[in-house]
Amino acid sequence: MSALKNHRLFWPVLVLVALLTANAIYRPSFLAVQMRDGHLYGSVIDIVRLSAPLILVALGMTLVIATGGIDLSVGSICAISGAVACFYISQQPDQNSLASVLTALVLGLGLALVLGAWNGVLVAIIGIQPIIATLILMVAGRGLAQLITEGQIITINSSPYKTIGVGHLLTLPFAIFVALAVTVLLAALTRRTALGMIIESVGGNAEASRLAGIRSRRIIFLAYVISAVCAAIAGFMLTANVSSADGNSAGLWIELDAILAVVIGGTSLAGGRFFFSGTILGALIIQTLTTTVYAMDISPQTSLLFKAVVVIAVCLIQAPAFRDKFTRRKPTAVSQKEQVPA
Amino acid sequence: MTHPVLTMTSISKTFPGVRALDGVQFRLFPGEIHALMGENGAGKSTLIKVLTGVYSPDEGAIDLAGTPVSFGGPMQAAAAGVSTVYQEVNLCANLSVAENIFIGREPRRLGSIHWGEMRRRARALLARLDLDIDVTALLGTYSLAVQQMVAIARAIDIKARILILDEPTSSLDAREVEQLFRIMRQLRDTGIAILFVTHFLDQVYSVADRITVLRNGKLVGEYPIAELPQLALVEKMIGKELDVLERLEEQPKRDLAALEASTPFIQADGVGRKGVVAPFSLTIHGGEVVGLAGLLGSGRTEVARLLFGADRADSGRFVVNGAQTPMRNPVAAIGHDIAFCSENRRTEGLVGDLTVRENIILAMQAARGWLRPLPRRRQDELVAKYVEALSIRPSDPEIPVRNLSGGNQQKVLLARWLITEPRLLILDEPTRGIDIGAKAEIQKLVVQLSDGGMAVLFISAELEEVLRLSHKIAVMRDRNLVSQLANDDTVSAEHIMQAIASAGGTGQ
Repeated sequence: MSALKNHRLFWPVLVLVALLTANAIYRPSFLAVQMRDGHLYGSVIDIVRLSAPLILVALGMTLVIATGGIDLSVGSICAISGAVACFYISQQPDQNSLASVLTALVLGLGLALVLGAWNGVLVAIIGIQPIIATLILMVAGRGLAQLITEGQIITINSSPYKTIGVGHLLTLPFAIFVALAVTVLLAALTRRTALGMIIESVGGNAEASRLAGIRSRRIIFLAYVISAVCAAIAGFMLTANVSSADGNSAGLWIELDAILAVVIGGTSLAGGRFFFSGTILGALIIQTLTTTVYAMDISPQTSLLFKAVVVIAVCLIQAPAFRDKFTRRKPTAVSQKEQVPA
Repeated sequence: MTHPVLTMTSISKTFPGVRALDGVQFRLFPGEIHALMGENGAGKSTLIKVLTGVYSPDEGAIDLAGTPVSFGGPMQAAAAGVSTVYQEVNLCANLSVAENIFIGREPRRLGSIHWGEMRRRARALLARLDLDIDVTALLGTYSLAVQQMVAIARAIDIKARILILDEPTSSLDAREVEQLFRIMRQLRDTGIAILFVTHFLDQVYSVADRITVLRNGKLVGEYPIAELPQLALVEKMIGKELDVLERLEEQPKRDLAALEASTPFIQADGVGRKGVVAPFSLTIHGGEVVGLAGLLGSGRTEVARLLFGADRADSGRFVVNGAQTPMRNPVAAIGHDIAFCSENRRTEGLVGDLTVRENIILAMQAARGWLRPLPRRRQDELVAKYVEALSIRPSDPEIPVRNLSGGNQQKVLLARWLITEPRLLILDEPTRGIDIGAKAEIQKLVVQLSDGGMAVLFISAELEEVLRLSHKIAVMRDRNLVSQLANDDTVSAEHIMQAIASAGGTGQ
C-alpha cells in the first residue's frame, strides 16, 4: 500500500477517479457509453476527445519546462497554424480535396517550425528569459493570426479537415488517435534516444551539463520547436472542431491549462525530471473538471471560481508537506525524498 | 566539571535502507570546543540534524540545560540557543551583509524595519569577529571566507548557547582558518559550547578540547584531546589501521626529465584572461602529474577552467599533441580528450536529479550526441565496473546522485570522466570534504592513472597531497603562475610555502 501511495502518479490518478465518481453519482448516466451509427458516444469519451488538444500542447510544454523554461506562446501558435490551414483551405476551389487539406497542414506545421525556431533563438541563442521571450509571441502571435484571417472568422466546409477534430476511426474519435500518435512519437524521441536524459540534465543543472560537454543551446532550441509543432497540431484540432478559424479565441489561455497539466503531472517548474504520463493525466483532470462544470449546471458566473478551488485542492493534495500536516501532528521540516543520511 | 549544557541519549535514526544513528550518546559542556569526528556516512551530519530539529529521532532524548527538548526545525533550535553554520554557506548572496545577519529577526521600529539600527548592530557584531567590511554591500561581492564569517556572526547574534560549525574551514585558507580559530576560542571563553565538525585532523588538535568519534552510526567514544593522539583517532574513525597513505609515499616517483622528454600532451603558451588570471605557460606530458599549489583565490581553479575551455582565454595559444588548437568551450576540450572534475561538485559537477548511472554516462553520452544513445547493456556494464572499481556506496546505480555522501559523489564525478578515457584529467580539489579512506583511494587512483600514461593536473589546498602525488609543481600567487618546481627529494612543503609567500622567482 505504501509503495502504491508513494508512486508518482498515485495522487493525480486518485483525483481523476474522484472527479469521475462525483460525476457518476450526480448523474448515473455519466459513465454510460453507447454505440450510435457505428461510433461510440458518452461523456467519458467526450472528455478524452476534448482533452486531446490540451494533451498535445501540454506534452510540448513538458519538454520546455523540463529544460527549465516555459512557453507562453503556444496558444497563439494554435491560433496562427489553425488560421493558416483554414485560410489555405478556404481559398481552394474544392475544399474537400484531401490533397489541399494535407498541403494546408504542411503549411501550418511549417509556420509552427519557424515560430518555434524564433522562440528557440530568443531563449537559447540570445539568452532572453523564457517567460519574456515567449511572451513576445504570445502577444504578437494573436495579431499575426488576425492578419492571416484579415480580422474575420474564416469558415470552411471541408470534411477531411473536420475529421481531425470530430471524425471517427475504429468507432473512436479521430482526435484520440492523433494525441496517442504524438504521445508515442514523443516518448520514442525522448526515451529511445538520449534526448530525454539530456533535457533533464540541462534543466536539472545547466552549468554542470555544459561542463560535461552537452551543447545545451541546441537542446533548448529543439524543445521550443517541438513545443510549437505540438501546439500547431492542437491548433488544427481546435479549428477543425468548429470548422472555422478565429484568430482571437482559438487556443485562448490554453498555455495556462497546459502549464497546470504539466505541474499536476509531477514535472517541476524548476526543470529536470519530466513525466509524459503525468502530464496526460493532468490534462485529463483539467478537461474532466471543465466537463463537470457543465454537467453539474454550475452557473457560468461561478464556474471559473469552482475550477480554481478544485485546482488549488489538487495542488495541495499532491504536496507532501501539506499532506503531512494532516497525517501527523508535527510537520517535519523536510519531505521524505529530501532526507539523506549523511 | 560543570553540568553539560546538552545531553543526547540513545539517539537512533533509520532512513530507508540505512541505520544512520544507532543508540548514540553525546554531551556538550559550556565553554568547550568539541570535535565530532567520523568518516563520511558515520552519522555526524545526521546527529547534527537530529539536534537542530531537521530530523526527528526514532528513539532517544535530547536534554538542553536540564529541560527535555524536541525542536520542530532549525529556526526553533536557534531560538532556543542552538545555532548552526553549515558547510556550504547558505545565506542569500543577493542581499546585503546586514540583511543576511538579521533576516527573519530584523530590528523594528513602529512595525517597519529600523535600517540604521540594523546596520549599526551588524557592524558591531562583525567587529567582534575583527571584520571591517561594508555591511550594506551585497554578500555575494565578498569572498567565501568573509561569507563564512558573516554566517558565524549571524549565528552568534541569536544569543547562542551552542554553536555548531559543520565543516567551516573547508573553503578557507590557512590565515582565515587561524582567524576563525581565534574567534572560536574567544567565543568558547564567553561560555558558548562549540560543536566542530571537520575533516582536517590537524585543525582538531589545534583548537578542540574534546573529541567524540562516530563510526557507522554508532558511538565509538568520547575523549579529552590529550588522551587521543592523532594516529589513535584515525584508527578509531576507520576501525582498522590505515597504511595506504604510507605505502603511497614509499613508491619512488618516476624521473621528471624522462617524463618530459616526449612531446607534451598540452602546452599553454602565454594563456591568460584579463582580470581572471595573468598569462602563464605550462606544459603537461602524458603520464605526468602536475600539482597546482597556491592559496584559495590565487587562480588555481581559473587556470584549470582555461585549460578546459570552461572560460575562454583572451591571450596566448594552446598546443595539443603538437597542433595548435583554440580551446573555445568544454566541447572542444572534451574533443581533445581533456576531462575536468570541478571543485564544486553540486553546482558544476553533478545533476542531483539524475541517477548515479545517468550521471556517470553523461559526458560520454554528450560526446556521442543524443541521437546515438549508449545501449543500456553497455551503460550497465560501464557503470557496474566503475561502481565496483571506485567502491561507490550505496552501490545501487539507480538512485538519485544527490542521495550520496560527498565522497561518493566525488567518485561518481570521477567515474563520469574515467569512462571517457581522457588523456588529460584535471582534478580540482578532488579530496576536499571527503573522509580519509576515500581520500586515500582517490590518491591511489591518481598514481595508477598516471602510471598508465594519463596526464593529470592535480589541484589541492593540501600541500602534503600535492607533494605526495606530483612530478612537477606549479605555484600560483595572486592570479599569477609564479614558479614551477620539479618535485624531487629536495622539495618540501616549506619550499612551496616560500614560493607562495614570496613573489616567487623574482625575489623581494
